[in-house]
Amino acid sequence: MENQKKKRTGPVIFSQYKRGDAIKKLLSMSREDVLFELKDSKLKGRGGAGFPTSTKWMLTAAAKADRKFLVCNADEGEPGTFKDRVLLIEFPELVFDGMVVGGYTVGAQLGIIYLRGEYEYLLKPLEDYLEEMRKDNLLGKNILGKKGFDFDIEIFLGSGAYVCGEETALIESLEGHRGEPRNRPPYPINTGFLGRPTSVNNVETLAAVTHIVMKGGKWFSEFGTSHSSGSKLFSVSGDCEKPGVYELPWGIKVSELLKIVEAKNTKAVQIGGASGHCIPKSQFGRALAYEDIPTGGSIMIFDESRDMLHVLKNFMEFFLDESCGQCTPCRIGNHKLLEGVEMIEKNEYTFAHINKLKDLGRTMQVASKCGLGQSSPNPFISILENFKDEIFTRGNGGRNGK
Amino acid sequence: MENKKTMRAPVSQKPHVVPKPEHPEHIGGSISIELNEKKISVPFGTTILEACRQNQVHIPTLCHHEDLCVAGVCRVCVVEVEGMRTLQASCAFPITAPIKIKTTSNAVRRARKHIIDLILSEHYGECYSCFRNNNCELQSLAKEYGVDHYNFGHVEHPRYEVDNSSYSVVRDLDKCVLCKRCVRTCIDLQEVGVLEAIDRGNNTHIGTFLDKPLAEVICINCGQCINRCPTGALRANDPRDEIWAAIDDPKKHVVIQTAPSPRAAICEEFGMEPGTSLTGEMNTALRRIGFDVVFDTNFTADLTIFEEGTELIARLYKALVQKEQVALPQFTSCSPGWVKYLEHFYPEYIDNLSTAKSPQQMFGALIKTYYAKKKGIDPNDIVSVAVMPCSAKKFECNRPEMVDSGFKDVDYGLTTRELAQMIKESGIYLPEMPRSHFDDPFGDASGAGLIFGATGGVMEAALRTVIEFVTGKKVEDVFANADIMPVRGFEGVKYAELPIKEVGQVPDLIKHLIPDWNWLKGATLKIAVAHGTANAKKIMDDIKAGGKFSECHFIEFMACPGGCIGGGGQPIPTTPEIRKLRAKAIYDEDKSLPVRKSHENRHVVEIYNEFLKDGPCGHLSHKLLHTHYVKRGKYIA
Amino acid sequence: MLVVEKNALSEEIESYIEKYGDDRSALLMILHEIQKKHRHISEFAQQEVARLLNIHPVEVYSVISFFAFLNSDPKGRNIVRICQTISCDMHGKRQIVQAIERELGIKIGETTKDNKFTVEYANCLGLCDMGPAMAINDRVYTNLTPEMAVELLGKVK
Repeated sequence: MENQKKKRTGPVIFSQYKRGDAIKKLLSMSREDVLFELKDSKLKGRGGAGFPTSTKWMLTAAAKADRKFLVCNADEGEPGTFKDRVLLIEFPELVFDGMVVGGYTVGAQLGIIYLRGEYEYLLKPLEDYLEEMRKDNLLGKNILGKKGFDFDIEIFLGSGAYVCGEETALIESLEGHRGEPRNRPPYPINTGFLGRPTSVNNVETLAAVTHIVMKGGKWFSEFGTSHSSGSKLFSVSGDCEKPGVYELPWGIKVSELLKIVEAKNTKAVQIGGASGHCIPKSQFGRALAYEDIPTGGSIMIFDESRDMLHVLKNFMEFFLDESCGQCTPCRIGNHKLLEGVEMIEKNEYTFAHINKLKDLGRTMQVASKCGLGQSSPNPFISILENFKDEIFTRGNGGRNGK
Repeated sequence: MENKKTMRAPVSQKPHVVPKPEHPEHIGGSISIELNEKKISVPFGTTILEACRQNQVHIPTLCHHEDLCVAGVCRVCVVEVEGMRTLQASCAFPITAPIKIKTTSNAVRRARKHIIDLILSEHYGECYSCFRNNNCELQSLAKEYGVDHYNFGHVEHPRYEVDNSSYSVVRDLDKCVLCKRCVRTCIDLQEVGVLEAIDRGNNTHIGTFLDKPLAEVICINCGQCINRCPTGALRANDPRDEIWAAIDDPKKHVVIQTAPSPRAAICEEFGMEPGTSLTGEMNTALRRIGFDVVFDTNFTADLTIFEEGTELIARLYKALVQKEQVALPQFTSCSPGWVKYLEHFYPEYIDNLSTAKSPQQMFGALIKTYYAKKKGIDPNDIVSVAVMPCSAKKFECNRPEMVDSGFKDVDYGLTTRELAQMIKESGIYLPEMPRSHFDDPFGDASGAGLIFGATGGVMEAALRTVIEFVTGKKVEDVFANADIMPVRGFEGVKYAELPIKEVGQVPDLIKHLIPDWNWLKGATLKIAVAHGTANAKKIMDDIKAGGKFSECHFIEFMACPGGCIGGGGQPIPTTPEIRKLRAKAIYDEDKSLPVRKSHENRHVVEIYNEFLKDGPCGHLSHKLLHTHYVKRGKYIA
Repeated sequence: MLVVEKNALSEEIESYIEKYGDDRSALLMILHEIQKKHRHISEFAQQEVARLLNIHPVEVYSVISFFAFLNSDPKGRNIVRICQTISCDMHGKRQIVQAIERELGIKIGETTKDNKFTVEYANCLGLCDMGPAMAINDRVYTNLTPEMAVELLGKVK
């Protein structure tokens, strides 16, 4: 399946680009020039958290150290997300050139791409690709003849742990430890891989950077909305005729997206993967944008035939499996939430207990050590809120009742 | 990817590297923050937890421990920092900006309560059937937060089997709260590396290599993990039932020896502040419990000085005069945790270990030979118990070679905690006991034997004797009050040099070994002291690399931080402050004793006259008081 | 384990150390190589890795136990991972699993008697638009039907 190269086109990410062009352009740009364009572009991290990329790179560039690192986070583990896979298969030039830009800007000599173990089949083609870049002097020492412009990229293969998508857990595992997120502060921009300043960026962010270098921050910021500039890759799956990766401008309404992918009889849309929120029909008018529904791009569509409690259970099982297990709220909390789901399933719940669990979820959201535990209660809270009529009437003649 | 010194513990568990200004008064050295709406100033880089504690704001903690690096995993200590979306673990948050902190907001209280509820929901067992009842950090937290029922249920069946395999440490994972203090103790503090978190998510548990029983891995039995466990998940292997049975058996003559450190710490088990010695009170209590005689392990500590000191002199004589190949520096062998550590990690150095047994085992061998004969008791009927501050002593007395008396030399090792339990079970409130002395024929020992309990103590005791033996002068003329300060204190590794300017007469006792001291004249005795196996590792690696410690003559090693007073059998909790007070209690008692040097202990001199007639390191003492070691290595089959 | 086998394994691990360095940050790449070649990381291999990286064996085991794709116990020659996440679940994961279980005569998590297959669940393989999906070793297969899944297994040696 790795050979299924499609010719995609799109306004920003999927627009025309020739390998090496951004690197060539870099030769006439200073670090400050790149940062300036990035600031102009208002690009925010595409992994989901939405931290301004220019700020992250400026801080990493400003940090003092003997070595710095740029890490491309390709540990795409969020259920329902597969845009990075498409980028790496079909547009590696965008990602790798973006890494070179990043390395140049923050002052890193080594870029590491953290490839999730599930994508091991991409390892060989990507390594071959990097070898070609080295041959063309797009990587290595004195890139394209520019003295002192040294940068190379290594691929690090993950081993099957969702939590390693969290940047500090990712760094821990790079260092040969369990993928347990670190305490923050300090942040990786100061104390990252091997204690050195490290910028961790999503695959899509780096791809966007490549285009920004070519066409300017201003051009980029003209797409999308005032708070969410540029376009976004959406990974669409579930009940629709045309699942796949779509490049759409930020600000698009959920209903518009559903139309594009030809979804019918849609009951619910889970936005942002398992750790995101599930919205009902009444909210399909909302916009996909940082200012309304921020997302890393996962759109899972559920039609009228789906049992939302089953969906919720699938998510909670996922979190129970993937929690790193170090902090109490996430380790035990997810277990309790899943127990709650099972209670509802067996019709052995009380509303008092379910409400207690929702309250627990709110504690997990603020007291867990990392994003995993902070977001794992999201589906629990949003699905039980938004689909309570369906879920709590199961036992006595509800649509799924038996 | 890069060659550099291997990091031992994950960075997530290391304290933050915040470059601190040299002095809080310097520019940028202090930061003004708001703590519960009160303006205060704290040094840059102070954690929120430290700031709160310095300002009388109580923050509950569970995974935090003063001896260990930051973990930030239990999340009980969360606080609100204005402007941050999530709550922050106060133990892990260094203050580097003028933040506003709230420690009692609704979100904080709710979160803490939830976290405690969650831990309790998976905490199997009931408090009243737990040895940590009334001294459990989880129990205290539950009380502090008014937990009166299980909000999220309570496990009804154990998930794990209790690991009883070790003579020393018992692990009951069903009581584990995954604070990882034991992991940080084992990997960072002790650098033994037996325990780590295994699996992930809800299956996470603390385990050994391939989840093998503790007895099968390279645990050194130091028990430091027990001392730092907030709950009852770790405990020592408790022989109380067997000891009670022996006491109840009229045929059995139950002998107990007590090490120096338990008496300096047992007061803590009775609600007293640390730092009061209850030696005399303990003697009385032990007799009331039903022990037939009470001996002072310090007696064999004094004996150790003779045996180990003579061995050292013999090694030096061989090396310097007879130019023979001998293993130097000589390492002390009193600490069974240290001995096992060396056997596993540096087996090529076991010849450096003094062959002298530890005081506990020397006493064991003497009780079932010399004492039995003297009193006309069949050694078969003697049950020999040792009260030790130590969990490794339980392993030591079960080493198969420790049967030189023809019997198991010491039958049971009992920790300070377990002894306190026996005293309580007997209805005795220890601090109220009248005082009494130790029993003859071993009587009261010297202060030198007593200070074996603190790091540097063995070295100081040895020096008090060696200096007098070699120079013929009084120790007091060299070190004021015979307090040898260079080897005292809690610095991880201590090093000292003692130039020998003049020499005296060789004492009669060892004249058969050495004709004179002239060969030592002008020499410089180099010594070192290390406590905690992580510090021991530093010295051993230096020796391996041929550094300055390889030129030492004698090195004292103790497995536990602080020495025996910080042993794995001592009252819980342990902190640097508590260990300091226990050491002070020992040094204060030493100061008050009439005899403070091992060679002035008349009972020791007597035993060489009466029993061990061929002197220290002679034939009989070799049989009874010396031992051999096993090259264990690191590989686990 | 025979001494010859042990020596061969030690040599192999040493070659990985040469390739990735002896810093702890090389650990996961080394474990990957061993896992790939031997389908598990044996007790001896773990201790060798620990020795050469100057870390404790329990630390190696701890890391192995953390990651889903590393294991200490031997598994089948071929590892079949079926995506269990919701998109694949909705498109017929259950039928695929049932077919495979029936065909191989084992349950999820088990290994066939001839050691040919170990079948497990995987969390999101990132193929949600082409579900149901499964991976056999490092190759992935999408838009499966129960029939196709069984046929694919038949093609595996």
